[in-house]
Amino acid sequence: MLRYTANRLLLMIPTLIGVAVLVFFLLRVVPGDIVEVKLRGDGGSVSQETIELERKRLGLDRPLLVQFGDWMVGMATLDFGKSMWTERPVIEEIAIRLELSLQVAIMATLIAVLLAVPMGTLAALFRDTWIDYVVRIVTIGGLSIPSFWFGMLIMLTLLALFNWLPPITFTPIYVDPIANLTQLIWPAMAVGYRYCAVVARMIRSSLLEVLNEDYIRTARAKGVYEKLVISRHALRNALLPAITVIGLEFTFLIGGLVVTEQVFNLNGIGQLFVQSVSRNDFTLIQGMVMLIAAFYVFVNLLIDLLYAVFDPRIRYD
Amino acid sequence: MTTRRTALKTMAGAFALGMGGLHWDMVRSAAQAQSVKRGGTLVFAISAETPHYDPHGSDTFATLHFCSPFYSTLLRFNLSKFPEVEGDLAQSWTAAPDLLTYTFKLHPNVKFADGTALTSADVKATYERLRNPPQGVVSTRKATFSDIGTIETPDPLTVVFKMKAVNASMLEHFASPWNVIYAAKDLGADPASPRTKINGTGPFTFVEHAKGSHVSGKKNDNYFKKGLPYLDGWRGVFTLQAAAMLNALQGGQVMAEFRGISPAERDRLVQTMGDKIRIEESSWTLNLLVAFNTEKKPFDDVRVRRALLLAIDRWGGSQGLSRISTLRSVGGVIRPGSPFATPEAELVKLPGFSKDIRKSREEAKKLLADAGVPNLKFTLWNRNLAMPYTPAGIFLVDQWRQIGVEVEHKQSDTAPYLATMNAGNHDVAIDFSNLFMDDSSLGLAKYLSVDRAPENRSRSKDPELDKLYDDHLRERDSEKRKGMIRAFEKRLFEQAYQQPLLWWHRIVPTHKVVMGWKMSPSHNLGADLGEVWLNQ
Repeated sequence: MLRYTANRLLLMIPTLIGVAVLVFFLLRVVPGDIVEVKLRGDGGSVSQETIELERKRLGLDRPLLVQFGDWMVGMATLDFGKSMWTERPVIEEIAIRLELSLQVAIMATLIAVLLAVPMGTLAALFRDTWIDYVVRIVTIGGLSIPSFWFGMLIMLTLLALFNWLPPITFTPIYVDPIANLTQLIWPAMAVGYRYCAVVARMIRSSLLEVLNEDYIRTARAKGVYEKLVISRHALRNALLPAITVIGLEFTFLIGGLVVTEQVFNLNGIGQLFVQSVSRNDFTLIQGMVMLIAAFYVFVNLLIDLLYAVFDPRIRYD
Repeated sequence: MTTRRTALKTMAGAFALGMGGLHWDMVRSAAQAQSVKRGGTLVFAISAETPHYDPHGSDTFATLHFCSPFYSTLLRFNLSKFPEVEGDLAQSWTAAPDLLTYTFKLHPNVKFADGTALTSADVKATYERLRNPPQGVVSTRKATFSDIGTIETPDPLTVVFKMKAVNASMLEHFASPWNVIYAAKDLGADPASPRTKINGTGPFTFVEHAKGSHVSGKKNDNYFKKGLPYLDGWRGVFTLQAAAMLNALQGGQVMAEFRGISPAERDRLVQTMGDKIRIEESSWTLNLLVAFNTEKKPFDDVRVRRALLLAIDRWGGSQGLSRISTLRSVGGVIRPGSPFATPEAELVKLPGFSKDIRKSREEAKKLLADAGVPNLKFTLWNRNLAMPYTPAGIFLVDQWRQIGVEVEHKQSDTAPYLATMNAGNHDVAIDFSNLFMDDSSLGLAKYLSVDRAPENRSRSKDPELDKLYDDHLRERDSEKRKGMIRAFEKRLFEQAYQQPLLWWHRIVPTHKVVMGWKMSPSHNLGADLGEVWLNQ
């Protein structure tokens, strides 16, 4: 297991290098110039000479390979450079938003898992009964309603019923837990609903499949209590595909909540991503892509390791 | 109207005496009469986030709504008597009869937030930076101050501007909200420092900028206007999405949005909030305009450009678009209703403004046929802001369709949109003119030859327009100046390089508890919050 984990960790390096090469050079192919955007974006009368000086100051006049080399060397020492737009360290720009995005992702995952596991299990166990129908309606609703729309409904409902809205500026949980949770519970619910629907349906179908397996029949024939059959034999196996979905959804939530963040006026990674792309802020985009890629690779590793925990047949050694 | 003329006449006389100091007393007296309540924190929405803190290098309101409370300017506009100017840092001022020398006496005991005393050297350093920015510093108003010859500082509280040439609008430029005064020592240490560091003499001092979230300021206890500000502090929350801003206003998270909202948004707030919300409206010193890239075929042909302008039914569009967007008034290059604006009776005689749209469109089709492009197709480059760019773009596409022109409507984020136009990669663009006052030296500057005005998105070069502009700039007689503006406008519209589509209408919502804020035709003015108080 340890050897497998070490191998996977080592394999992360070429994967991330590949991502780095792609993001760096693709960004340079896309039309647009950060300096033009930065200095003339406000409609200012800026001379070409100033534009060239700024390009030089930002190091954009150097050969691409040199720029790439510098960036890679910087990354090796965890120096991701400075945002070309705000001129603040990329790490700092991301860190401010990551805290919020990560918390929303964790809260949404908790909501989703806590609801999805019992819902999916009950739907499978009581297949084609009213319980199953209710779960199916709820989950289809979750899949059909975009998170941002559900978020807007939540906001309008709060306004209409209580003439109240959650705070719109972020307070870290260690500063004021109440204010923090009051703000983030709503977006977490909005995205958690869709997330829950995906996972619940996955658990239901997976559990239905597992319940027809020979080993379940054998367990029941041996006289094992039904609760133990479900929890120890069926659910444990049925959770494997759900774990994959949970992991991928969690990673998506880190950077993919652009519209939901706008609805709740959240200062998250999604909004930063869109802003930096529209401004051609190369260094910041590169930093965020690397961050999200690292998250994906790491979460995938975690999922594979969890497989071994849940399924004794899987032995990576 | 009268105030502008009066101001010019006064300048042409022996001197103009500043009334700055007297005025705050009047303001304070008036405010006290309303039983001003001190204290509290104003929370308001800012619908964009500034990339930096330097108004000298910016043209976006986002920078002003963020920075103005921290800074002072030499003069400022008296919003109760707009467009009259009054002193800010200047206690008094005189203008020489020939308008070639301006002398300002500064208020004593003015301090920057870091405790340094303000002197004339700071004003000099600021204006030197504006008119002649050092390497790596951007001054978007460099051209405005190119008429300044020298800046002298005979004593710590006197600053004298000697002009190379007359600029009849100079006092208004000294009142521009963008020209905030920086500390000479800061600029000496690093001329680019105002981009990242705030050190001003305004009514508030900087507390924090939580990137992507908010900016906040607290009362400047050393503010040189005694008794001001009334608030303990303020917080500007970045609400990039209109729906989030409206919800926040309705839910009480923010008390105001000082830029402006659409008629539909106004109606929603009034309907849901009733008498808790105050709505103030004004015409706006902003317009959308249609710019043809004259460096590209077939837009290098005046017949094509003119045909496309003739096809636009501005009067009908004004009625429809004003119901759903912030667009409203039909006007020329100067804001309709302002002193130098072209009256409607004259406007309708200019190309593109006729009320007989059927006749205009017939003429347009004929011009396109004559130009050899009866089935013209092109791309309309637009900004992807829902209000009012999207409805304006859709409107134009429909107008041009009616003369057989096929248009692809392409919208993009603000930065690439502007960068594309600046680089001249567009066919036709919906551009905007964002002014802070009605002065013609600003309003006309956008239409100068592109080598003088890079913000001219038609990229036209017309020495005749340039000459008319320069002549009008030196003209001190307001009636003669008006005639020159008409001539400029006629030439511009006949050549059809670019033309205002419609002027905006400003609607500002504030909670009823917000007092002392003054409405004006520009969202760039009145952002210092010095006289704002909360009635709660």
